[in-house]
Order: sequence, then C-alpha cells, then structure tokens
Amino acid sequence: MADTPADNTPAERVPTVVADGVDIVYRVNGTGAGRGSATAALNRILRRKKTEKAAGVRRVHAVKNVSFVAYRGEAIGLIGTNGSGKSTLLKAVAGLLPVENGRIYTDGQPSLLGVNAALMNDLTGERNVYLGGLAMGMSRAQIKERYQEIVDFSGINDKGDFITLPMRTYSSGMAARLRFSIAAAKDHDVLLVDEALATGDRSFQKRSEERIRELREHAGTVFLVSHSNKSIRDTCDRVLWLERGELRMDGPTDEVLKEYEKFTGGPGKGAPKAAPKPQAKPAAAAPKAPAAL
Amino acid sequence: MSQVLDPPPPTQASAQAAPAPAPDPDDLAALAARHGLSVSGARPSLPEYVRQLWARRHFIGAFSTAKLTAQYSQAKLGQVWQVMTPLLNAAVYYFIFGMLMNTSRGVEDFVPFLVTGVFVWTFTQSSVMAGTRAISGNLGLVRALHFPRAALPVSFCLQQLQQLLFSMGALVVILLAFGVPPGPSWLLAVPALTLQFVFNTGLAMVMARVGSKIPDMAQLMPFLLRTWMYASGVMFSIHHMTGPDSGLPSWVGPLLQANPAVVYIDLMRFALIDSFGGGMLPDHVWALALGWALVAGIGGFIYFWKAEETYGRG
Repeated sequence: MADTPADNTPAERVPTVVADGVDIVYRVNGTGAGRGSATAALNRILRRKKTEKAAGVRRVHAVKNVSFVAYRGEAIGLIGTNGSGKSTLLKAVAGLLPVENGRIYTDGQPSLLGVNAALMNDLTGERNVYLGGLAMGMSRAQIKERYQEIVDFSGINDKGDFITLPMRTYSSGMAARLRFSIAAAKDHDVLLVDEALATGDRSFQKRSEERIRELREHAGTVFLVSHSNKSIRDTCDRVLWLERGELRMDGPTDEVLKEYEKFTGGPGKGAPKAAPKPQAKPAAAAPKAPAAL
Repeated sequence: MSQVLDPPPPTQASAQAAPAPAPDPDDLAALAARHGLSVSGARPSLPEYVRQLWARRHFIGAFSTAKLTAQYSQAKLGQVWQVMTPLLNAAVYYFIFGMLMNTSRGVEDFVPFLVTGVFVWTFTQSSVMAGTRAISGNLGLVRALHFPRAALPVSFCLQQLQQLLFSMGALVVILLAFGVPPGPSWLLAVPALTLQFVFNTGLAMVMARVGSKIPDMAQLMPFLLRTWMYASGVMFSIHHMTGPDSGLPSWVGPLLQANPAVVYIDLMRFALIDSFGGGMLPDHVWALALGWALVAGIGGFIYFWKAEETYGRG
C-alpha cells in the first residue's frame, strides 16, 4: 500500500469514483409456483406497486449499502464468491444499471470492459469490430486505423481467415477474445475490467494482462473483477471484498486477500456453503494452502 | 422474498483496514461535489441528449444495416426474402380480399391500391413492433455499452425504412405491370415517407419505454396492431365505404380518415396511382400528415428521454 501515490501525498488525493450508500435491486418477473397464471398477471398490471410480491415479482437485492471512494492512480480489485454482486456493482459504476438508493459519482464516463458485450452472431467478426467501435463512440476513421491491431490482438486469424466468417461459427473462447479486443481498443479514463483475464488461452491471457497495464497508465483508476487471486495481486494495490452484496472489507491487497483466502478455504478453492463465523470455519475446513503461485 | 440471506457480521479486520471507516453520507456527496464529479448514469439534459444521439449517428446507421442483413442471413435464398416477404404478403391479401371477399368493388386499379396499402402499413406496423422490443430485447447491449438509448428504437425504425425501400422497388414493378403510368406525382412519395418515418419513430420510442416497463406489451401489440390495420382501410377504400350512400353519419368518414395510418397510406396511393384522385384524400391531408409526425416525433422523443436513466433495470 505504501507504493500507492495516494498514500504518500494524502493532500493531493483526487477522487474519481465515489459510491455513496449504493443499493441495487433486480426485479424478476414470473418466478414462483403458479405465479405465471392469468389472474396473477392481471393482478400484476392492475396493482403494480403494492403487490409486487403477491404478483410473483421477486426482488433480488444484489448490492446493499456499499460506500467507498476511489482515488486517481489506484488499481482496485473486487473480490467475492460467485453471486456476491461484483459485476453488478461495476455495471452501476459504469452507469449501465440504475441504483435503487444512494448515488454513484464519477469523474467523466467510466468504461466497462467486459466479456459479455453483446455482439451480433449473424454478422462477420469484421462487421462486429466496426459496430462495437461505433457503439463505444469511436469514429469510422479511428476504427479503420486500429482494425488490424484489434484483429491481431484477438488472435482470431491465427488459425485461418476467421474474421470474415459469421460470429456464430466461432468457438466461445474465440468470441470472448474478440469481444475483449474490441473493448480494449479504446483508451479509457476510469476503466472497469470484468473477469476479462479469465477468457482465452494462456497466450491471450498474457497479452490481455499486458494491455490492461498499458490502459492503466492512461486511465485514472482501474477496477478489476477477478476470481484469480494471482491477477488481483499482480495488478491491484487495494481490494474491495463483497459478500452477499455487502462490502465486507476494504483495504490493502495483502490484508484483504489473506482474510479472503481464509474465508474461502485457501486460494483457488470454492466458497463454503454458509459461513457466519468466517474466522473459525476455514481453519476447520482446510489447512491453509500456500499463496497462489 | 429477498434472495439474500442475513449478512455475515463484518470481520474485525474490516474496521481496522478500511481507509475511511463508515464514511458519512453527507461527506461523500460533498466530496464528490468539491471535485466536480457527476452522478453516474444520470439523465442528460434534452439538448445534451440530442447532441449525444447525433454523435452516434454512424452507430445508428451501421446497426440498422447490420440488423437488416443479419435478418435473412441463415436462409438459403438470403436477401431475396427482402423482396419476397412483402410480395407474398400482398399476394395473400389479394387472394382473400380481392378474390374471395371481392372488396375490390368500386376501386380502380385494385391490385396497386392493395399492395401500396399493405407495404405502407407494414412499415408502421413493424416499426411499432420493433420499437416495443427495442429495449427489452436488447438488455445485453444496454447493460454492456454506454450510448443514448434512443439510438435503439431509431435504428430499428431505420431498418424498417430500408426494408420498405426494397418493397417500394417491388411496388414499382407491380405498378408498371398493372399499367399504372409513372408520373411526376411519384416524387410526392418522398415527403410522405419522410413524415411517416418521423411518425413511426416517435411511436416506436413511446412503445420502447412502455415495453421496457411492461414486457407483456410485446404479446399484446400484435392484436392492437391488427385492429388498427382493419380500421385503416389497408384492403378497402374508406372513401367508398363512408360515402353519402353508405347510410353512415357524415362525421364517421372524416373521423376514420384522420387516423394517421390512413393519412400516410392514402398519401402514398395519391402519389403513385393515377386513378386515386385528390378527391379521395382526407381534407387538409398534408397538414394532418405533418401534425401527426410532429406530435408523435417530438412527444415520443421527450417521453422516451424522460426515463433514459432507468433503461436496463431488469
């Protein structure tokens, strides 16, 4: 933590992202037995507000009262077991998902660099590169200039001329690689990276880690969601730990990861089913493995 | 029915490690204000929104063209379906309404009359349908990338316009085949289509907002649209049906003819078909066409913009 510029010069800390008591709630229609019946549906339309529950609308409280301040020059890791609200929080910071309560303030427009960006499967990879770039606000000339770079980076053409085939013919790894390459083609102020390092083969992972480091030099603040403790350790100097939508810990990477590894029963292992007393449980569940790699 | 269980108690370390333990909400808002941070995902002002939308015009164009070509890319005949689909539609209506029910009585050039009506109506119908699903059917895109959401309904309507231009090509062939002479009045099709496009886009934006809040609308719309179609004189002449010898009160005709779909369909017939004279048009037809376009276009855009920050909530 001592090497973060933010700590050495506390007077000059410039916030880039401020989350102020953020709640995010998903509403899901048509869950529960018998909830899809005609009368329930009618009920849902007529008395929308009052009977959300009765009409079968399920509220999923994905992020609960999370507050933090991110400063310029920080690289922040987001960790937590599956379904703990990490990606949801990133989407809200990017302004893609509305918050229920609280506010998120950002410096400029944060960019979410995810692997799930929807592309069109019926179109060729080439067409998708152009569409994705245009949607991110790049001009045609900029895309043309970077086109070869994007294709080379994705490695799609390593095994033949695949870029001119429709994306539905791609393997899932190829599609994910192309999506990441398109998103990474632009320089971003506040950069949010969602699990991107997990996609693709080993050589692509290396390339994308390198690209993230490059992007970080240009970007003010980087957020990284990952299940790989190693890539968090390599890239981040501060870590937010989300568990069941709550911010459980916020601190220097080493401290938080130590607790997290204890909680999950060692690096790289799955989460325990329920852990109300995290300190006691992991010790019994598994002897602490040496730190990842 | 909350999905989430009781939260685990915070660990001791979290209080120690947190750089700013339990920050005061007022402080955070003040801190953000002091450094000039803006609220993420807040709705931009209307002029700013228009500017953002204009900046994405290349995306809108490319997206609609891509959708259009993607539509039939799995079919063996491919893009031939762009022309085949409207032609087959017209053939079905001709078979039912022209040959079986003989609605053509009293209408000159019935086939051009019918085909024009079907094509122009299909433009409005499919724009509204596409608009209803514009947000709810593209949540992945909405949640992944940042762009003014109005780009979606607009580009879907643009796609329908491109589709209509294919149909118009087929229509010209049909008109010539049935001996309708080309004339300078054909140029009136351009302003008529422009106004209809503005009207459709406005309506699509209204439906996009409604559809994003009430997914059931996508199921309901086909029925509403079919009812609207039968009231719009697509395959019969409202002018003939409500004439002085029809026995209907005299106010029924003008009322039915104020229907925007009737206005745009009749304008196109007037432009293209010689035997469809100005006397069969509703009164003040251009004023009506312009009025509907402005009301729907501007109203729909503002209505859509009002909920901009909420699109993407599942």
